[in-house]
Amino acid sequence: MDPVTMPPTVPSNPKPQQAGQGEARATVVAHAAPRMVTEGITVLYGKTVGVHDVSLTFRDKTVTALIGPSGCGKTTFLRALNRMHDLSRGVKVTGKAVLDGQDIYANGVDPVTIRRRIGMVFQKPTPFPTMSIYDNVVAGLKLVGIRDRALLDEVAERSLRQAALWEEVEDRLRAPASGISGGQQQRLSIARALAVEAEVLLMDEPTSSLDPQSTMRIEELIQELKNTVTIVIVTHNMQQAARVSDYTAFFYEGDLVEVSDTNTMFTNPKQRRTNDYITGRFG
Amino acid sequence: MDRALTASERIRLPTRPIYRRLGDRLFQIVVVALGLSIIALALLLAEVLFTDGLEPLRRFGFWGFLTGTTWDPVRGVHGTWPFLVGTLITAIASLALSFFPAIGVAIFSAEYAPRWLAGIVDTIVDLLAAVPSVVVGIWGIFVLVPLMQSHVYLPVYFWAFENAPGLLPVLGPPAGYNLVTAIIVLALMIVPYTTALARDAIRLVPRSQREAARALGATRWEVMRMAVLPYARGAITAGAILSLGRAIGETMAVAMLVGNSNTLPFTFFGPAATMPSVIVNEFREAVEDLHLASLMTVGFYLFLISLTVNLIAAWLQRKLAVGGRSL
Ligand SMILES: Nc1ncnc2c1ncn2[C@@H]1O[C@H](COP(=O)(O)OP(=O)(O)O)[C@@H](O)[C@H]1O
Ligand SMILES: [Mg+2]
Repeated sequence: MDPVTMPPTVPSNPKPQQAGQGEARATVVAHAAPRMVTEGITVLYGKTVGVHDVSLTFRDKTVTALIGPSGCGKTTFLRALNRMHDLSRGVKVTGKAVLDGQDIYANGVDPVTIRRRIGMVFQKPTPFPTMSIYDNVVAGLKLVGIRDRALLDEVAERSLRQAALWEEVEDRLRAPASGISGGQQQRLSIARALAVEAEVLLMDEPTSSLDPQSTMRIEELIQELKNTVTIVIVTHNMQQAARVSDYTAFFYEGDLVEVSDTNTMFTNPKQRRTNDYITGRFG
Repeated sequence: MDRALTASERIRLPTRPIYRRLGDRLFQIVVVALGLSIIALALLLAEVLFTDGLEPLRRFGFWGFLTGTTWDPVRGVHGTWPFLVGTLITAIASLALSFFPAIGVAIFSAEYAPRWLAGIVDTIVDLLAAVPSVVVGIWGIFVLVPLMQSHVYLPVYFWAFENAPGLLPVLGPPAGYNLVTAIIVLALMIVPYTTALARDAIRLVPRSQREAARALGATRWEVMRMAVLPYARGAITAGAILSLGRAIGETMAVAMLVGNSNTLPFTFFGPAATMPSVIVNEFREAVEDLHLASLMTVGFYLFLISLTVNLIAAWLQRKLAVGGRSL
């Protein structure tokens, strides 16, 4: 592309904006330390570009929302953050994703250990249907060989409380996980990730298959969880992004267009595309 | 026709052409008729077996015939117990022998093998399932029996003769045609079925289940153990029971290799018989009416057993299937 015709306000490779510009919301710790930093993450599906050269900073104990129209690469980027793409043939990830100073794509890093630290909640609830509620919560602990009954009980209760599910299931922990409602199943999926003490929680449109009531519960839950974990949430619901997140990143056609604190993003976006999207001109 | 109708005009035309509605009706009639004829066929089969085998049932009683341990056409005494025992032992033992190897192959093909290798494995498994059982029987006679005879039956027998004479009555005389040979051949014959059914069940487990396990830090094998196999357990179990049904009904290869003895007790290395094998071996020589009728009765019981096994498979599949919402 001829550089002259390129609109000056839309750089093809925007550098991540310094977070905390403009008026920080009360909930934002103004300059929380970075917890996870990506540097030039590119994901290719064969020859198709999933996301291109994304550099983003996720600050400790904050919620970052990834927004953008369908197919812009939100899911693709999110799955690069805990090496989920490793599982698919023909998907290539380049760039760095640094968690606490350690690039998770560096040689010798075990993706299994990484995924315990970086939990994931999917669009649809994914309980293991043959397991009880209890066994679902402690599934990750049993994986590492923890058999101590008392410890498992303790973790199960703590995780379910954290996921705001304890009261609803405490008297039927042994019941099959497939028997609870979709919203409860989604909170169960969250509890399961918390049980392995995930420090970062990746959520891919966690409420898109839920009713408004359950959605509200999950949103409240996110607010509580950010006291302990760092959250990255994909959403196509802009009200949701505005309600739950401290920072918002806008993706478009595989590129990160703009990132800033959520207030600024929704009141005073820098890029025209961002403005068009959040004011509903497209998407 | 003065001008072609546009698509939206055609869509709004009344369902006019007679052949369309006629086609609907015809199709329905054909399908219903085919469905009913299958049921009729099964009932007819049971009816023939039952009426032709009625005389032995009258004479010995339903349970008497089932539990009668003597099968002596010369004296006119007939009981199916030895063959029932032979059938159950060979079928269950061959399933036990083949189940885990079959699951192993299924897991390999569905989860571990690269696509080209999985394709080859699948083709071989399907080919094995298609080998006619008389061919398997011939292979058994010319390859397996001599091999087992010289490398297993005789050495084990002589070892027991020297060191553990107490075992001899259990082992029996080392004939090459015996229960063990039949079990091994049956196991080989049902491996492809168990494998194919388990493989398809494993492939049908949703990707989301595997990813959920991965996201918890499960290794490849742990994903299988915690997410995939439990999810597929209903279909895998049902597949194993269906394979058991095949082993129960398998006739030719077993008749060629099991040695054919009508008298209990059966031994490991001595001749034995199963329900299908006695039918196929004695049918041509049965001159007495009662003998012939008794073979029919054995067939009738075999039919009942196969039916039961298949019903159990269907029931297990439903009971163990993964139910529930949002899945
Ligand atoms: N498994 C895949 N194989 C090939 N292309 C894919 C695959 N998954 C996603 N893509 C492509 O990558 C781009 C980004 O998709 P995705 O990350 O799912 O978008 P979003 O989550 O923002 O809706 C899209 O163009 C999509 O077609
Ligand atoms: Mg998506």
